[in-house]
Amino acid sequence: MQKLSTLEILLAVFKRDISLALRRQSDTLGAVFFFALVVSLFPLAIGPETKLLQQIAPGIIWVSALLAVMLSLSRLFNDDYQDGVLEQLALSICPLALIAIAKILAHWTYTGLILLCISPVLALQFNLSAIAIEVLLITLFIGTLILSFIGSIGAALTVGLKSSGALISLLVLPLLIPVLILGTLAVDAATASLPYSVYLYILLALAVLASFFAPIACAAALRIALD
Amino acid sequence: MDIKSTLSKPSSPSWNWFSFAAPSRFYFLTKKIIPICWVLAFVLGATGLVMGLLYAPTDAQQGDAYRIIFIHVPAAWMSMLLYVAMAFWGAMGLIFNARLAYRLSNSIAITGALMTFIALWTGALWGKPTWGTWWVWDARLTSELILLFLYIAYLSLYSAIEDQRKASKAASLLAIIGVVNVPIIYFSVKWWNTLHQGASITVTKTSMQSTMLIAMLIMTFAFWAYAFAVILSRVNQKTLDEESHTDWALTELKRLKATV
Repeated sequence: MQKLSTLEILLAVFKRDISLALRRQSDTLGAVFFFALVVSLFPLAIGPETKLLQQIAPGIIWVSALLAVMLSLSRLFNDDYQDGVLEQLALSICPLALIAIAKILAHWTYTGLILLCISPVLALQFNLSAIAIEVLLITLFIGTLILSFIGSIGAALTVGLKSSGALISLLVLPLLIPVLILGTLAVDAATASLPYSVYLYILLALAVLASFFAPIACAAALRIALD
Repeated sequence: MDIKSTLSKPSSPSWNWFSFAAPSRFYFLTKKIIPICWVLAFVLGATGLVMGLLYAPTDAQQGDAYRIIFIHVPAAWMSMLLYVAMAFWGAMGLIFNARLAYRLSNSIAITGALMTFIALWTGALWGKPTWGTWWVWDARLTSELILLFLYIAYLSLYSAIEDQRKASKAASLLAIIGVVNVPIIYFSVKWWNTLHQGASITVTKTSMQSTMLIAMLIMTFAFWAYAFAVILSRVNQKTLDEESHTDWALTELKRLKATV
């Protein structure tokens, strides 16, 4: 039998998750359409007043992105847990935390990155200025990475549960409040032409912390479930 | 007590840090402590309330409305302290794989959630006459609300997982993650608030009169005693339930049944 190095295993896991996401198009695109739909619901509920919408747009887009990511999290580990792949991965020579990183990055690629691609279009609907859209994209780029990393902890803790959808949101959303606040603060500051880089730096710091600690917590949670 | 004497015989005679990690020892020790805690809670609570409600002077700015402080502040302190205690015992459980630590952690959660709720509720009751509103999106209030959500998340994760051992471990892990995140949440909420709220409402800083301060401290100790009493009782109940296969628990259960 051919022996795989750690890096090869990680690449294989990443590629497998991406190709699975490509096969399950209704699921992958579902999160994106959900995002676009929720964002478009707000003007209908609040009224088409441009000034007000401009003011609340960053918050709306951020909250909708948060919810869309939550929607896709429940499948992150659960499918692999159900068909036994997760157990095989846990037994491989590769540390479980690194495998978690590969899976999280794959998750970000098929949710966060796609959300990122359509968010400028949605931002245009709200008449956001060019600089605000630019900052929104930067914050969403960092922010969705943090969402995937921290969200993976919730997905790992609820692995194997029958109805994990609402529970994941309950576990993860309180932990994600700082990301939401910093993301919207940065866009608000950019709209008001105030310095916004400080929020980006803190977001980046959070991203670094999350990308280091979340996979460890994730692996611990998965080991509890596999135990 | 013959039960106790037969119990302590087989274990090692020297005392160490883990002596009371044995569920049976812990049970019989806390059984003695719990009534003391209840008495303390009632006596201190009554004294604190009498002092606070009858003898403490009326506040110059807030009138008598401030008197809810004697419930509000102790509850708010307990809510934060209990979260840390819950995470601490969760960590102890994960590190030493001790059932008793998990039970403690889990028993603390319910009381902690209750304290958070009381702090929020009394805060709203206090806010209405003094600030003119039930709720303000102030940093303190918001982070306390998030604390309540964290408690609820812990409790729902614990109850969602059927296998009890896994449930304790997963919930403990969540508690630890939460405790790391609480300062981050607190500061982010603070930044968010200061930028959005132009004229923020602050409680006028009047240096506390000594009767007020003493009454509040007494109330805090009453809350402590109450928390100890309730949490330890809950731990003991869980212990009897989960250890019902052991001899000592069976004899104790029989004895309890006979007395009822």
